[in-house]
Amino acid sequence: MTLLTILFDGVAYGMLLFVLACGLAVTLGLMNFVNLAHGAFAMAGGYVCAVLVNRAGWPFFAALPLAFLASAAIGAVLERLLYRHLYTRSHLDQVLFSVGLVFMSVAAVDYIMGSSRVFMQLPEALQGQIDLFGGGIGRYRLIIIVICGLLTIGLQLTLAKTRFGSRLRAAVDDPRVASGLGINVPQVFALTFAFGCGLAGFGGALSAEILGLDPYFPLKFMIYFLIVVTVGGSSSITGPFLASLLLGIGDVAGKYYLPKLGPFVIYTIMIVILIWRPNGLFGRTAAR
Amino acid sequence: MLIGRRTLLHAACIAFAGATTSTVAHAEDTVKIGLIVPMTSGQASTGKQIDNAVKLYMKQNGSTVAGKKIEVILKDDAAVPDNTKRLAQELIVNDKVNVIAGFGITPAALAAAPLATQAKVPEVVMAAGTSIITERSPYIVRTSFTLPQSSTVIGDWAVKNGIKKVVTLTSDYAPGNDALAAFKERFTAGGGQIVEEVKVPLANPDFAPFLQRAKDSKPDAMFVFVPAGQGGNFMKQFAERGLDKSGIKVIGPGDVMDDDLLNSMGDAAIGVVTAHIYSAAHPSEKNKAFVAAYKKEFGQRPGFMAVGGYDGIHLIYEALKKTGGKADGDSLIAAMKGMAWESPRGPISIDPDTRDIVQNVYIRKVEKVDGELYNVEFDKVDAVKDPGKTKK
Repeated sequence: MTLLTILFDGVAYGMLLFVLACGLAVTLGLMNFVNLAHGAFAMAGGYVCAVLVNRAGWPFFAALPLAFLASAAIGAVLERLLYRHLYTRSHLDQVLFSVGLVFMSVAAVDYIMGSSRVFMQLPEALQGQIDLFGGGIGRYRLIIIVICGLLTIGLQLTLAKTRFGSRLRAAVDDPRVASGLGINVPQVFALTFAFGCGLAGFGGALSAEILGLDPYFPLKFMIYFLIVVTVGGSSSITGPFLASLLLGIGDVAGKYYLPKLGPFVIYTIMIVILIWRPNGLFGRTAAR
Repeated sequence: MLIGRRTLLHAACIAFAGATTSTVAHAEDTVKIGLIVPMTSGQASTGKQIDNAVKLYMKQNGSTVAGKKIEVILKDDAAVPDNTKRLAQELIVNDKVNVIAGFGITPAALAAAPLATQAKVPEVVMAAGTSIITERSPYIVRTSFTLPQSSTVIGDWAVKNGIKKVVTLTSDYAPGNDALAAFKERFTAGGGQIVEEVKVPLANPDFAPFLQRAKDSKPDAMFVFVPAGQGGNFMKQFAERGLDKSGIKVIGPGDVMDDDLLNSMGDAAIGVVTAHIYSAAHPSEKNKAFVAAYKKEFGQRPGFMAVGGYDGIHLIYEALKKTGGKADGDSLIAAMKGMAWESPRGPISIDPDTRDIVQNVYIRKVEKVDGELYNVEFDKVDAVKDPGKTKK
C-alpha cells in the first residue's frame, strides 16, 4: 500500500505548506500588503519552540502555542512601528522593505543562535510510524494533518462567520466607509497582521522537524509560500488550502514516481494552473 | 541627518583604509594569508570551524615563522563563487597576500584557481572535496580530503561485509556525483548491485518520497551523501519511516555524520557506518590534545573541517620554515610538495605529483560514548591517494 503512504505524506506536506503560507494569504490577500518577510516570522516561531523544547525542557505541545504568541507579539510590535507606515505605499516599496527585513532577520538569528541547523527533540510518542491498512503512517505527520485540519476549519469560520471577520473584510474593501461605520480600521489591521504572523510562527514550529530550521529558513522557503498563495489565489482561505494540498501531493508523488523530474513537478503544476487560471484557483477576476 | 552620518562613515572608512595601507609598508617582514571561507550562509559552520582552527594553531605556535610575522586576513565569501573570485583578486592585488586559503565549497575553490595560476600565489584548499580541484592550477594544494577517497573505501567495505543490494541517495551536485561515481565503481566491481539511484535536489525540503522509494526496493543498505547540515534531517526522517528497524543500514562518506552536528541528530544516528578521514574520537594523543584545546577555546568539538584548516595552516608554517622565510609562490609550492606530518587525524602527506592529500581513511560506527554520540573508528585503510586521479 505504498500509494496510501505517498498520499498521506503528500497531504501532510501540503498541510504544512498551508499553515506556513496561510498567514501570508491573510496579509497579502486580505490586507493587500506584500509581506515577503513572512518566513522570518515562521522562523521566529520555530526558534522559540526549539529553545523552549531543547533548552528549557518544555513539552512540545506546550511550546507550540508559545511559538504562535511570540511571533504574533513580534508581528504586532513591528506592525505598530514599521508596517503600518507602508499600507498606503506602492507594492514595490512594500517588497523592498520586507525583503530588507528578511535579510536583517537572517543576520540577527545567525548571530544569536548560530548558523548550524537546529533539531527539535520530539517526545518518543510522536516518533516512528504506525501501520494502517498496510501503509505506513508517520505519527508526527498524522499530528500535523489533525492540527492543520482543525486550524483550517477555525480560520474559515472566523473569516466567514464572525463579527471580526466581516469587520476585516469591510476594512479591506473600503477603509474610509468602514471607519465611517465605526470600525477601528487600524486596530483591525494590527490584529489581523499579528494573527497572520502568529500563524507563520506556529507553522515554523510545526515544520522544524520535517523541513529543518536554520537562519536561512525565510529565504529558502519564500518561494514555496509564494507558490501556494499565487496558485491558490489570495482572496480566501479555501484557495490556498486546496493549492497546498495539490502542490504537496504533487510534489511528493512526483518525487516518488518520477525521481528524475522530481523537483520540477511543483513548478509544472504551478505553471499549468496559472495558464488556466491566471488569478489562481479561487482568485477574484476583477482587479481591485 | 542621514546624509551627514553617511559622510561621516565614509570619512571613517577612508581613514581606516589609510591606516591599513601604512602597515603594507613593512610587507617584507610579514607573510600574509588571505583566508576566504563562508562565515555566513548555509555553509557557515565550515568557515567558522576553519577560522577557529587557524586561530587555535596560531595561538599554540605563535605568529612568527622563520623571522616573518604571519598575518591572516579573513574574508567571508558566503559560499558564493563570484564573491570568492572578487575577494581573491582583492587580496592578491591590493593586500599583496602570499597565500590564499580556505574555500568552503568546490565552485569557490575553482573560481579562485585561475587567479592562483596567474599571480603564482599558492591556493591552500582546506575544505572543498571534489577530485578535480587540484588539477585546475599548479598552485593548488589541498589539506582536506576528496570524496572519492572515502567513497571508494566504503564501497570496498560494503562488498566485504555482505552488503549486496544498495540504494544510493546523493545530493545532485558535483561532490554528490563524485561520491556516487566512486562508490558505484568499487561496489559493483566487487559484485554488489545498485538497485536504485536517487539523486536529491540540493535545495530539498523533505526527504519523504525519496526515502519511501528506497524503502520499497528493500535494499541491504543505503549509500547516502548529503551536505553536512541536511544529514540530521535525513537521519530523523529515516528513523521516522521505520527504516532503522527494517534492517537497512546507512553507509556513506562521513560528511553526513559531521562531528559538528552528530549530537543534535539524536539516537537515530546510532549504528551508521561511514568512511571518513577524521573523527573527534580518533584515539591518538595528538588528537586528544587537539580536541581538548579546541573545546576549551570554542566550547564545542572540532569536526573534519576544523582539522582541514588546522593542517592547512600547519602546511603553510612548515613550508615557510623550509624555505627559510622565502614566501614567493614557486618556493612555497616546491616546499609543500611531498611534505609529511602527524595530524590530529593521523599521518598525512602531500602527494608531490598531484599536490593532493594522502591520508588514512577510517571506517567508523556511530556509538554513544559518555552520553554523547561519536564516530568510533574500528578499521582503516592506510595512505589513500585520491582515486579520482590515480584512475587516469
